[in-house]
Formats: sequence, C-alpha cells, structure tokens
Amino acid sequence: MVKQGVVPDDLTKPFWDAANAGRLDIQNCSACNRLYNPPVAACTQCKSADNLEWKQMSGKGKIYNYGVVYDCPVRLLQQDQPFNLAVITLDEDPGIQMYSHLPGTPVDEVPVGAAVEVIFEETANGQKVPEWRVVG
Amino acid sequence: MTTEHAPASMYRATEGLGVWEHKGKVAAVGIGHSPTTRRWDGTPENTMGANSIFALRQAIADSGVDPSQIDGLVLDPVTTTGAHWPPGDPIPMDVVNHWNKTDDPLDGIAKLSAEWILKNMPELTNVKFTMYGQGCMSHAIVVAAQAVGEGRTHTCLVLKSWHNLEGRYNQSGISAQGEVPGTFALAPGRTLWGAPGSYGTALQFAEYCRKYGKSHDMMAPFMENSRRNGLLFPEGYWAQHRPEQLTPDDYLNARWIAKPANLFDNDIPIMVSGAYLFTTAERAKDMKQKPVYIINHASSRGAQRSVLPTLDEVEAETAATGRKIYEGAGITADDLSFENMYDGFALFHQFHIEGLRYRGMQNGDALDFYQKDISIEGPDPILPSGGNIGSGRSRFWMHTDCIQQIQGRAGARALTGVKPEIGVSGGPMPMGGNFTVWSATPD
Repeated sequence: MVKQGVVPDDLTKPFWDAANAGRLDIQNCSACNRLYNPPVAACTQCKSADNLEWKQMSGKGKIYNYGVVYDCPVRLLQQDQPFNLAVITLDEDPGIQMYSHLPGTPVDEVPVGAAVEVIFEETANGQKVPEWRVVG
Repeated sequence: MTTEHAPASMYRATEGLGVWEHKGKVAAVGIGHSPTTRRWDGTPENTMGANSIFALRQAIADSGVDPSQIDGLVLDPVTTTGAHWPPGDPIPMDVVNHWNKTDDPLDGIAKLSAEWILKNMPELTNVKFTMYGQGCMSHAIVVAAQAVGEGRTHTCLVLKSWHNLEGRYNQSGISAQGEVPGTFALAPGRTLWGAPGSYGTALQFAEYCRKYGKSHDMMAPFMENSRRNGLLFPEGYWAQHRPEQLTPDDYLNARWIAKPANLFDNDIPIMVSGAYLFTTAERAKDMKQKPVYIINHASSRGAQRSVLPTLDEVEAETAATGRKIYEGAGITADDLSFENMYDGFALFHQFHIEGLRYRGMQNGDALDFYQKDISIEGPDPILPSGGNIGSGRSRFWMHTDCIQQIQGRAGARALTGVKPEIGVSGGPMPMGGNFTVWSATPD
C-alpha cells in the first residue's frame, strides 16, 4: 500500500527525518518524562516547550485494537480496500499509540495483543513512514 | 457589528460548579426547521442560507414573537457536513448576488455569518447581541442559554445550518491530494492511514464488545427503534424522502464502512437548518407556546492521551459528563423521563447513556438494555427523536424532540410510557460536546 506523500513541517520534521534514517523517534518532555504522539507544541503537563526533545524508541509494541476499512476517504488507498487499520501501543509507554496497516497480516485476521515491530515504508514522494508487522 | 466566538467561560465544563445559577430562568418558546434535502441543487432559492432564513422565520412564527422584539442571535458559522467548496472552482455569482452579500462570496452557501443573516432578514431590526457557538446546535444552545441567563440578550434566536454539496463524504480536499503536511499525517482522525470518519468510534465499540462480551448484532433493536422514531419525525430526512423502515436484516447485511461500523451506523449527511427561540422564563409565561425551561447545560472537553481515545478514557469522560449534567440541574438520574443523547455515529450512543447512568445502567449494560422495550410506548424510551440515525445528520433532532415532548407537540412520536417532564439532549462526541437539560417546570 503506497500512502500519500508526506511534507515534513516544523513540528514533525525530526520524526520524519528519523524515519528516513530507519529510527522511530518520539517526542518527549525531559522535564516531565512524558512521551507525545502526535507531537505537541508544548508539554501539556508543564506547559513548556523548552524541554521537548526527540527520543529513540525500541520499535517494539503491541496491537491494541483494529478495524477494517472498506470505504476509505483517501483516494490513493481506495484501490487497496478492504485493509486493516490497527492501533499499536509502544512497549516503552502503552499510552502512546501509532496507526498501522499491518503489512503481511491478512484482512480481518488481526491478533489483538500480539507483539509487533517497526519497519519503514516509502510513501508516494519517497518520505519514509513507520509501519508495523507482527513478530513471529 | 462584530460577532465573537463564545468565550470558554460561557461553557460549564468542570465538575463542582454547583447548581446552574440560571436554572429555570431561560426557556425555549419556538421551533423552526427548513425542509431537508440530500444535497444543494445549485439554485439561489435552496442555498444553506435560504434554509437558515426559512428555519428562523418558522421559529419566530412558532413562538408568536414580533421580530422586532428579538435582540439576540447565536449560530454556528461552520456549516459543512464534510463537503467543502473545491479550491479553484468558480463561485456562482448569480447565487451570491441573489442575496444581500457580505465580503465572503461563500457566505450563505458554504459558511454562515451572523452578518449575512442580519443583512437578509430585515425584519430583525433590534438584534444587538450576536455570538458564535461553533461545533453544532449543542454548542449554540448552551451559548444562547447562558447569554439569556446572563442578561446579554432577552429574546434570542439559535441557529444551526448544514450545507451538503456534490461528491462523497470527506473524499475531496486533502483526501484527494498526493501529498499531505507532516502534522496532518500524524494527527488523530483522518490521517495518512486513511481512517473513515467513524473509524475511531468503531474501534471504541470493538473494545467495548471485547471487554463486556457484546456483539455488533446487538445494535439491531436500537437501529430499528431509531429509524421507526425518525419516520415519525415529519421534519426529518428519512420521513420526507425515504420513508422506509429499517429491519434487523437490512442493518445486519449492510456493507461495512470501517468494520465494525457499517453503512447504517453512520448518519446520512443532508442539507437542513434548525432554529429555536429562547427567552427569559418571565417573558415566556405569556407566550404562544408552553415554555420548556432549561435547568442546566454542561460541557465535555475530554482530552485523549494519544491518537485514539481508549475505552477507559471514553468511559471516564462520559461518567464525568453525567455528573456535571445532574449537579448543575440539581437532579439525579431517577428524575430523567427520557434521554436524547447524540447518536451519529450509532456505535457511541451507549457511552452517552451509560455515562448518564440512565435507568440505572452501568458500563457494559446498554446493549442488553437495547434488547428490551426501548420504544416510545414503554417505560424506558431510548432516543425518542430517532436522532441523526433516524432523521439524518442535523445534530438537532434530539433538542427539538425534547422541547416538543415536554410541550406535548411530538405528534405520533409522543411518549406514552412515561410522562415527559425532564429530558436531556446533546453531544456530539463522548469525549467532547455540550448537553442541555430541559424541563416542564423551572424548578
């Protein structure tokens, strides 16, 4: 599945640069030790932007939940319908979620709770994006 | 006159505020609706702005108030159902020039300002207070109620309008582009991964079913009841255009949109406007219609930790909303005659009513409750309006029904298993919305 191209902007550029380098970096407030995805302009706890940094994750997670998309609004993905769309939680912090199409997992045969690991796929304009596949 | 968005201070969004200081001092006395259509036909006479004027005039006539007595107008300036005017497409100037226009040519077509309304309703000669309650009618209602309570206006119109254009829901604009901004790609909701609008709700429902041992087919009685009630709502889309009952087979065999959400779990986007007239309880005493008193409004402003609200987050927020609703009204769940909480998407109505503890239900109970008698004839009515599932996406049928039920003007939809004295309506989302408690008496 080829996703729409991504044009990094100021807030998200470190995330996308890391993906191009094969790393999963997630925003973190070093003062509060609190991870953020999606990234934020300021920490919601200390309200400061001064301590926001990007922290490399292990790339390990779990499948938290999923649905099957049959009627996708995004034109580029419609040729791939139906497809899985899962929510992954990171092992470092199960409160942090990421979307995944779960490449390699048959449609509607998603093992909720299973371990997954990050991979990186190219989007339509070559920007890489984190994806996840079931381990083992 | 510049129209501002309502400040956060006008919303009652936290617990511990006590009984609403204006409880029973504001009343609804008029209702108006435009006809419904699926989409705009391109004519000047059937624009969203035209529908707005129609609904407002209906509400004024219904109340019996002279237009010159109206001094307030609260509305939602955003009118899209998911349809956006395509960038670069020519704007039909014959339509624009048919009306008294503002500086924005899409005003009255694909957005709506208070200025446009006042320019095109010359009978409103005395409006001195205007304000935007952006989001849906549920927002506009609480802003108008608070404004009347605070004395900013004494006779106030409340308006919500929707436009719908050609094209499929949310498939224009950024969904059709080859590239998207990095922030959009990672944001909750519509993203790089192609989630339909109902996806988030579908996942919360899936988690709910796993946790409590429920299944999607248990929604069928709710859906059947909603369409039945909707077909008894002459102002609604299905009653006006497609008077077809929805059977359990129809529902269970419908195509998926975002499994476990199917076609009928999504409300149908339509063109429609709805309006109410609010005034002080004192003035309402001698008006044409029986006043329906607002005894509280409450707001939910839930914040999810990450991409998608979890079931725990949803249930915590709806429970807090329920407590705010009762605290501000000075009532308990036992005092509710009926509920009209939001339903479009169908798969989150249970979160709202479990949060309310409606008829004593706890988390995980609602789908079993749906298997019992939830009709308007029974003692435990669920969504007597039929909601957005029953009448199309207006996000105001629930409010209209509360007013009509209490006034005794709900017609064939009239509750017979309970005496309609106190009802609650509102939404939209379990993690964020605005809610109103309506009563036959001010106290």
